Amino acid sequence: METQRWKTGSGTEDPADPDACDNVNRSDTRNGLAHGCAIPIVFGMVTELGHFALILAFLVAIVQSVVPMVGAHKRWPGWMAVAEPAATVQFLLTGFSFVALTYAFVTSDFSLKLVWQNSHSAKPMIYKISGVWGNHEGSMLLWVLILTLFGAMAAWFGNGLPPTLRARVLAVQSSVAVAFFAFILFTSNPFLRLAVPPFDGQDLNPLLQDPGLAFHPPFLYLGYVGLSICFSFAVAALIEGRVDAAWGRWVRPWTLAAWVFLTIGIALGSWWAYYELGWGGFWFWDPVENASFMPWLLAAALLHSAIVVEKREALKSWTILLAILAFGFSLIGTFIVRSGLLTSVHAFANDPERGVFILMIMIFFTGGALTLFAARASRMEAKGVFGVASRESALVANNILLAVSCFVVFIGTMWPVVAEMFFDTKLSVGAPFFNMAFTPFMVVLGLLLPLGSMLSWKRAKVGRAFKQLLPGFILSVLVLGLFWTVQTGNSLLGPVGMFLGTWIVSGAVLDLVNRLGQTRDWSRLFRLPRSDWGKATAHIGFGITMVGIAGLMAWEQEDIRVAQIGEPFQVGDFELELTAVNEVRGPNYFSTMGDVIVRQDGEQIAVLNPEKRNYPVAQMPTTEAAIDYRVLRDLYVVIGDEQDNGGWVMRTYIKPLANWIWAGSILMALGGTLSLSDRRYRVAAGTRRQAAEPSGVPAE
Amino acid sequence: MIGVWTVAARIRACALILCLAVAFPMATPVMAVQPDEVLDDPALEERARDLSKGLRCVVCQNESIDESNADLARELRLVVRDRLVEGDSDEQVVQYLVDRYGEFVLLKPRTDGWNIILWLAAPALFLIALGVGIFYVRSRAAATEPTEMRLSEDEEKRLNELLRES
Repeated sequence: METQRWKTGSGTEDPADPDACDNVNRSDTRNGLAHGCAIPIVFGMVTELGHFALILAFLVAIVQSVVPMVGAHKRWPGWMAVAEPAATVQFLLTGFSFVALTYAFVTSDFSLKLVWQNSHSAKPMIYKISGVWGNHEGSMLLWVLILTLFGAMAAWFGNGLPPTLRARVLAVQSSVAVAFFAFILFTSNPFLRLAVPPFDGQDLNPLLQDPGLAFHPPFLYLGYVGLSICFSFAVAALIEGRVDAAWGRWVRPWTLAAWVFLTIGIALGSWWAYYELGWGGFWFWDPVENASFMPWLLAAALLHSAIVVEKREALKSWTILLAILAFGFSLIGTFIVRSGLLTSVHAFANDPERGVFILMIMIFFTGGALTLFAARASRMEAKGVFGVASRESALVANNILLAVSCFVVFIGTMWPVVAEMFFDTKLSVGAPFFNMAFTPFMVVLGLLLPLGSMLSWKRAKVGRAFKQLLPGFILSVLVLGLFWTVQTGNSLLGPVGMFLGTWIVSGAVLDLVNRLGQTRDWSRLFRLPRSDWGKATAHIGFGITMVGIAGLMAWEQEDIRVAQIGEPFQVGDFELELTAVNEVRGPNYFSTMGDVIVRQDGEQIAVLNPEKRNYPVAQMPTTEAAIDYRVLRDLYVVIGDEQDNGGWVMRTYIKPLANWIWAGSILMALGGTLSLSDRRYRVAAGTRRQAAEPSGVPAE
Repeated sequence: MIGVWTVAARIRACALILCLAVAFPMATPVMAVQPDEVLDDPALEERARDLSKGLRCVVCQNESIDESNADLARELRLVVRDRLVEGDSDEQVVQYLVDRYGEFVLLKPRTDGWNIILWLAAPALFLIALGVGIFYVRSRAAATEPTEMRLSEDEEKRLNELLRES
């Protein structure tokens, strides 16, 4: 197989054959492409070098997973020292391999099977690049690239770690990489060549040709795979047999970073679904969405419990368990997506062999880590003592709620499989179940959040905290009453969502104000540690997302009709008029585009262009909704088929507060980033930067 | 227009649609409910929409008949509306479809038989977790703080270093 690949690899760009060069040129002119033939003599080998680099990285990973581990056990500094350069080299090799594959996509090298299957010469450049990870093999290469990136970062920023812990963390991280390198090389090699390179490719699934989706996978993977570092820290600590406040401080930034990326990734995916799939749904409880949501929930739990470890040296074994489970759920997610066990839009590779391979990886790492946990967890005795009413207890409640809601998602996602395997019934678990079973836990979480985050450490007085929150509570009740009376219909969802949102946002603001102390010295606000700002921002974001979801779900208006050209119609407060429908040509698609004028109170406020696209190469139609984005509502217009008796099917939606969902997500991510940049992590991370700001209010 | 299609072309188109339905179910451009399906009676139409949202398009992945533009979903939407116009109650309509397509058609599983596990697992786990949590918190409250929390030698050194830096 190897030799064959080498032979066929030179098919288009055989340096010894000048005719081959001419052929390339001719076919390229036909495609209207402008890459010559002089360069490929050198660059045609890039693919092979990329393949070779991947194999080398695999070998380096094996060394890195064994040598430092032995070194840490035997206390041999030389062996432990292997870890850092190995992690760097592993990352660089994988990075080169990824660049090589990207190069093949960018230059439309259709002698590569993967490029042929997922690209097309007429595709816009950005989607040629995003096509690298818009398929199974490429996305796994991205997965492992990010895995090695985190490994390398742990090596670079790990100066402050005890040498044995550092060696073990890097070794564990690398052992995960070994498994995934093997997976790629043995079941999903992206560098396979075609014997006869075709003139052009089969194009990328047009739905994936979208800016929102181009960057969805990288962010998601940064989050998913970022949790691997927390996993490595947990396993290393178990092997080490020592978890202390410092451990909590080391793990927390990684968790925060992973969670921030996961938040952005999920928000991007949800936003894409909202505008691309044509009816403005933002969350479908699809198995694959759930696969990314479960690690998100656990990462959220983990970044809260790690605070308790860091500040109070309690909840240690639980935090270790969470770190293992969070990455375990990332692996489950990868398994769900890649095996096609639960088929969905994302499962572009339904291959049982690959599924079994990932299942083995998952069982080995999660099972192994949990066994280690069972054997060692009892050693982590807690030190901190705290009262029943305390911040610690509140964070325990936070963790219970987040972990149980993750379990709801898990059992709902897996239940159809379980039912079919054990009870021989085929059934479905869809959005109605999740909405009903998941929401209560989020409501309770929202109710407790402001109070819990106001409680002081060790021993708190609930009454006092509530008194500080009283203005926020009164405001929230007023909001509840207002929406209750104003809204038409009697859905509980809307008013309750508004109440919770107001309660959380005002709670976070009051928490900040409260940090100023009795004197209300506002200048202190800017001297508060960034983690305080991060906490407030992220909580406000959570509240805003809640408001958005509740508002959209409770008060959406929909209109379906056959619209005649030139005949205005009324939807809610808006008057819409379809003025024309044109055929438009895009770079790699044909489009039927409507011109829709929107008026409010007789004044024109927007011209919208909903489209129906057809991608001839991929032979697939898509809808492009036109959306007039406003702060308080989106106006969402979709054009459908032309009717036999004239007119076009049009759907119009008024979507209240839709933007708040993603605005809230952005705030959550921003809050996480602020917290991440807090001085104590910069110091703890070992970067020798001098902190410029005056040490204002001490961190809690 | 269909008249000019050759049989082969139509078969190919059908096969394509079938493929799409399997590979990219929720991704097909959504034209779901068509204007000609909408009932004149708004109350009945609203009930039909609510019911449709809980019924799975059985040839799609995780998509309700309300969202799907598959032919079968359209047929089911029409069935739902026919039954409602005939005067069926919501339960009768759902039962009518379950009789024909099995419980697979329900997006919200029933609460009988084994499904009770699905519905009760999370609340049960919540209660257990709550119990364990309360036990843990109380035990922490009752514990005594270690008299002294000494820094290790390494930590002492590092602390001094940091103090010097700032």
